[in-house]
Amino acid sequence: MSSVNTSAHSVVEPTPTVKRIAGVIVILYALVTMIPLAWIFLTSIKSPPDSISYPPKIVFTPTLEGYCNLFTTRTRQTPDYIQSLPPATGTCDEITRSRNMVIAGPSNYWPRFGNSLIIAFGSTFLAVSLGTLAAYGFSRFRVPLADDLLFFILSTRMMPPIAVAIPIYLMYRQFGLSDTALGMILLYTAVNVSLAVWLLKGFIDEIPREYEEAAMIDGYTRLHAFWKVVLPQATTGIAATAIFCLIFAWNEYAFAVLLTSGSAQTAPPFIPTIIGEGGQDWPAVAAGTTIFLVPILVFTIILRKQLLRGITFGAVRK
Amino acid sequence: MSEIKIVNLRKQFGDFVAVEDSSFTVEDGEFLALLGPSGCGKTTTLRMIAGLELPTSGKIHLDGEDVTFNRASARDIAFVFQLFALYPHMNVRRNIGFPLLSQGVPKAEIRARVEETARLLRIDQILDRSVSGLAGGDRQRVALGRAIVRRPKCFLMDEPLGTLDAEFREVMVHELRELHNRIHATTVYVTHDQHEAMAMADKIAVMNHGVIEQFGTPQEIYNRPASMYVADFIGSPPMNFMRFHSGLHRGAQSILLDGIDIPVPEVSEDVRPRELALGVRPEHIRFNDASRLRGAVYGSEYLGTNQVVAVETASGIVKARIPADRSFRLGETVGLEFNPATLALFDCASGRAIASSLYQEARHG
Ligand SMILES: Nc1ncnc2c1ncn2[C@@H]1O[C@H](COP(=O)(O)OP(=O)(O)OP(=O)(O)O)[C@@H](O)[C@H]1O
Ligand SMILES: [Mg+2]
Repeated sequence: MSSVNTSAHSVVEPTPTVKRIAGVIVILYALVTMIPLAWIFLTSIKSPPDSISYPPKIVFTPTLEGYCNLFTTRTRQTPDYIQSLPPATGTCDEITRSRNMVIAGPSNYWPRFGNSLIIAFGSTFLAVSLGTLAAYGFSRFRVPLADDLLFFILSTRMMPPIAVAIPIYLMYRQFGLSDTALGMILLYTAVNVSLAVWLLKGFIDEIPREYEEAAMIDGYTRLHAFWKVVLPQATTGIAATAIFCLIFAWNEYAFAVLLTSGSAQTAPPFIPTIIGEGGQDWPAVAAGTTIFLVPILVFTIILRKQLLRGITFGAVRK
Repeated sequence: MSEIKIVNLRKQFGDFVAVEDSSFTVEDGEFLALLGPSGCGKTTTLRMIAGLELPTSGKIHLDGEDVTFNRASARDIAFVFQLFALYPHMNVRRNIGFPLLSQGVPKAEIRARVEETARLLRIDQILDRSVSGLAGGDRQRVALGRAIVRRPKCFLMDEPLGTLDAEFREVMVHELRELHNRIHATTVYVTHDQHEAMAMADKIAVMNHGVIEQFGTPQEIYNRPASMYVADFIGSPPMNFMRFHSGLHRGAQSILLDGIDIPVPEVSEDVRPRELALGVRPEHIRFNDASRLRGAVYGSEYLGTNQVVAVETASGIVKARIPADRSFRLGETVGLEFNPATLALFDCASGRAIASSLYQEARHG
């Protein structure tokens, strides 16, 4: 036995071959899910004729026309009038004029996008805050009928939320909550809070009570102990819950169509209504969608570390 | 530092009585070990003293003040949990300083006191490490540091050595006792390990099924067990019980075991005929071929300096701890002789020790 067996492997660690195969599968899966996103992005930098040409074009001259059309409203003018204007001041100006149009003003995209930000982040914040407090209560205190209450909370998720669209529509009209940011925040919070309670209860149950007890013996009130000891340890759970809540609120379409039309309209119902000359302006729609994807992407990347730590942390702690 | 006084403390969970009307006093600077098997209510007792659990009835006095219904944070005590409960999101320094932060101690003073405590426990070199990477013994010391940094009225420890391996446990037993000798903090220490309790404690309270069976110094508990339970729980191997049926009267100086007269400490109460047990510690047995009490060697266990020999007698198997210089054949007949002054008598039905001069000595000193 002079040579050391270098090929020995652990029984829990996958072998290199298995790892390689898994890697290939993951890459393939990623590619498949990336194709629609890539297609949307490519469409957003095509000209309108390129975007609807058949067969679809892979090679084309990129243009910012989609983005220009997304951000502006335009009016058609005679070539003579356009000739008489002072020189164009920017790329969008030039592109618009080349199509015999002039920019009339900004579009509604950014205000709608702003509504989406306010409503999605607002409702996520509320749902996660309420969910954390409720989950802590259920986890640590003897709540009368706790199991029934938890079941009731879960049961609100057992039907598609849109099933109650009509009563909510009527109720919102009555209370003046239709087409208000507050109304949409409350609605998304109500839908998300049950998810938040259940997810977070699982995470908080995992945090040993001894930590708070230690803090309380060390002279802190329960609220302080919650704030300084429980919350920091629940961050991974909170991050995961927040992402789920945000994705729902950000992408929600059905209620947004039904309950918002003007000042509180969010981006999802707005984007498909972008009409160009002779029908749907696909590059502008794609541009709107591309930008719409950015906040979720950023949010997930920011919280990615927390999520990953959550996975490995739980594995070594016990 | 101060005195802990427990009066008729009781805790019920629904119908289940976890702690039954316990009373005891831990004097200022004393180290008390709460000793008992799993589930006997040790942790519950400790948690009531700490204020983490409200008693069903009874009183808790800390330093003369009734704190029964005070919040944990208002009791000025420190608690070392079995799994240490070090805050994983803070490093060692912040863990130890955390109790001071709640009292609004200035930053510079926190720093100084944390460092002083760390030096005392010899963990000053790991102050800036994360607690998650620490070895068991260091975690233990950090937990102790967090407890002593505040100079609380008393320390409560719930099986703090339970998760350490045997070798290291011995080291920590030493360190803990040394620490106690240095800072003289009133301490209640929960354990199910009699060796820990014997090695560290000034007083031991032996618990069983929520009841404190005996409260006393390690010597009292060992030499003058108040019940068969205590006699059986303490010592390894535990005390031998030789059962016999008889009555006793005050002043009796011997008992009749299988027709053989055995001298015992003078009995000081009258006992009507019933099932009794003679309690003999293994180390109080000598082999003497002249003795009329005989038995056959049943097995032996060699322990280096001495050996434990099991002998089958007419009143059951008796284990004797004797010098290792003699070896026995299985089945060999031997005579047994007991050290009379150390023998205890018990009532088998209640498990209670029968009063005798053995126990009076205890009272007189
Ligand atoms: N919150 C509770 N609700 C119901 N029963 C409880 C509760 N806490 C403890 N008990 C019961 O009370 C009894 C005493 O528990 P305790 O934790 O005090 O035992 P212990 O002596 O510390 O045991 P161990 O050595 O296992 O830690 C146990 O039978 C336990 O099941
Ligand atoms: Mg316990």
